[in-house]
Amino acid sequence: MTDPFGSFLAPFVEFGFMRRALAGCLALSVSAPPIGVFLTLRRMSLMSDAMSHAILPGAAVGFLVAGLSLPAMTLGGLVAGLAVALLAGAVTRATTIREDANLAAFYLISLAAGVLLVSLRGSQIDLMHFLFGSVLALDDSALWLLGGISTLTLLALAVIYRPLVMECVDPLFLRSVSRSGGPVHLAFLALVVVNLVGGFQALGTLLAVGLMLLPAVAARFWARDLAGLIPVSMLIAAIASVSGLSLSYQYDLPSGPAIVLAAGALYVASMMVGPRGGLLRRLVRPRHLEA
Amino acid sequence: MSGRNPDPIRLVGLTLGYDRHPAVHHLDGAVRAGDLLALVGPNGAGKSTLLKGMAGEIRCLDGRIERAGAIAYMPQVDEIDRSFPLTVMDLAGMGLWRQAGAWRSLVRRRPAVEAALAAVGLEGFAARPIGTLSGGQFRRALFARLILQDCPVVLLDEPFTGIDARTVEDLLTLIRTWHDEGRTIVAALHDLAQVRAHFPSTLLLAREPVAWGPTARVLTAENLARARNLSEAWDEGAAICTGPREHPAVAHDHGAAAHHHHEDAA
Repeated sequence: MTDPFGSFLAPFVEFGFMRRALAGCLALSVSAPPIGVFLTLRRMSLMSDAMSHAILPGAAVGFLVAGLSLPAMTLGGLVAGLAVALLAGAVTRATTIREDANLAAFYLISLAAGVLLVSLRGSQIDLMHFLFGSVLALDDSALWLLGGISTLTLLALAVIYRPLVMECVDPLFLRSVSRSGGPVHLAFLALVVVNLVGGFQALGTLLAVGLMLLPAVAARFWARDLAGLIPVSMLIAAIASVSGLSLSYQYDLPSGPAIVLAAGALYVASMMVGPRGGLLRRLVRPRHLEA
Repeated sequence: MSGRNPDPIRLVGLTLGYDRHPAVHHLDGAVRAGDLLALVGPNGAGKSTLLKGMAGEIRCLDGRIERAGAIAYMPQVDEIDRSFPLTVMDLAGMGLWRQAGAWRSLVRRRPAVEAALAAVGLEGFAARPIGTLSGGQFRRALFARLILQDCPVVLLDEPFTGIDARTVEDLLTLIRTWHDEGRTIVAALHDLAQVRAHFPSTLLLAREPVAWGPTARVLTAENLARARNLSEAWDEGAAICTGPREHPAVAHDHGAAAHHHHEDAA
């Protein structure tokens, strides 16, 4: 194989498990980045990190009950993540404490409970599985789950898009014209959790956030408005998935970190050469206009 | 007069405040339909609190506010995230929520948004990101959103703070147009000359209502001195108010000469 592009794609042609991994990651690449775009615009980037930890105890309970079973761990993760997100959201709306503080409180409780549960039963290997995922061993049910999450996310985003944007820009105004602010906010938090659970299948809890946020942040260097940010972030995530998987196969690297590092490399590259606030653009400033 | 148009906002024994401390104390009265009312008083007098209460943003500590119809409200300090990648068109277009809701297309309503932007002097700004607007331009864009909201009642909390004279003039013209269209407008203001020139009626507030009526009779030297002297102190150990829990409904007299209560309340 002398053709570098051919060798880049060869693993996907040759091996079924690589094609499955690619399909799963591409499904995640169209659903997680738009969520990440809204998170970064709302200055809630680190919220997804907190949420990814909050999922842990649920997955651990699922693991304790049913062993390494995908449905059990997914369901547990969903329940734990939604509980933390909705509780934090509800407490924020009922009290004067801000959402980040509430979320920090709930996710710390949840994370500690998760670590406790994992250590009660289960070995180091199980823990590694939790943390780094198993993208190279996606079975049919995992692919259906990722595809379903992706579909659900895009449909839900289409339904709540306008009030969600209004909630981000001017929550006071939305509250004055509509009662949808609360439900829309909670629906968005639920989408964050659902996508993290999906990412946790493919990449593990620690890295699920990577595919959500890195493409979204990188897209800020390329696009000016939402209509540009969302597709660009999806494209960056897809490129990161393909190249991360391919590199992980060729150099025998763990695939989850390889994908996230690929996304990280794209972020750094965007930061350098991106037309909107990239470093290179700052060095060679074009002359200003007359008016 | 009152037979045709019910008062859009009626305040009945209203007390508003924070942590049980009243910021507006035992206020009775009504904002008449079509009124152009200025809300005047020193800082801490409860102007913003009263507007928030009228807009339904905060709960009453005592008494109640009766509202009829939709109310548009422009807060003094907005929570708008100006770094959000949104165009001026989209910001103003939010005003169409009552017509378009979450899903109906705004494409056909584009001319209406453009007309509203033109009415506030922002032609050609439609595609600009909101983050690039100056303070005055941003305020104009918010007024465009108010135009599109098309509400019979408009509440404005210090709409001209930090805005240059020409913008103020343009926006006052717009408010005059609304008044001529029969809309009810309540605006919290600090510039007394402005109030005397443009607002036929005034409520002078200093936690207690000092005077409410035709502007010339409210903004007297005596009333203003009294408003200044009324304490605005936050007394941690304040006694529980023993005043009437709810005032009996005041007989309404909507005669042309004396159409307001609290002409001389204390």
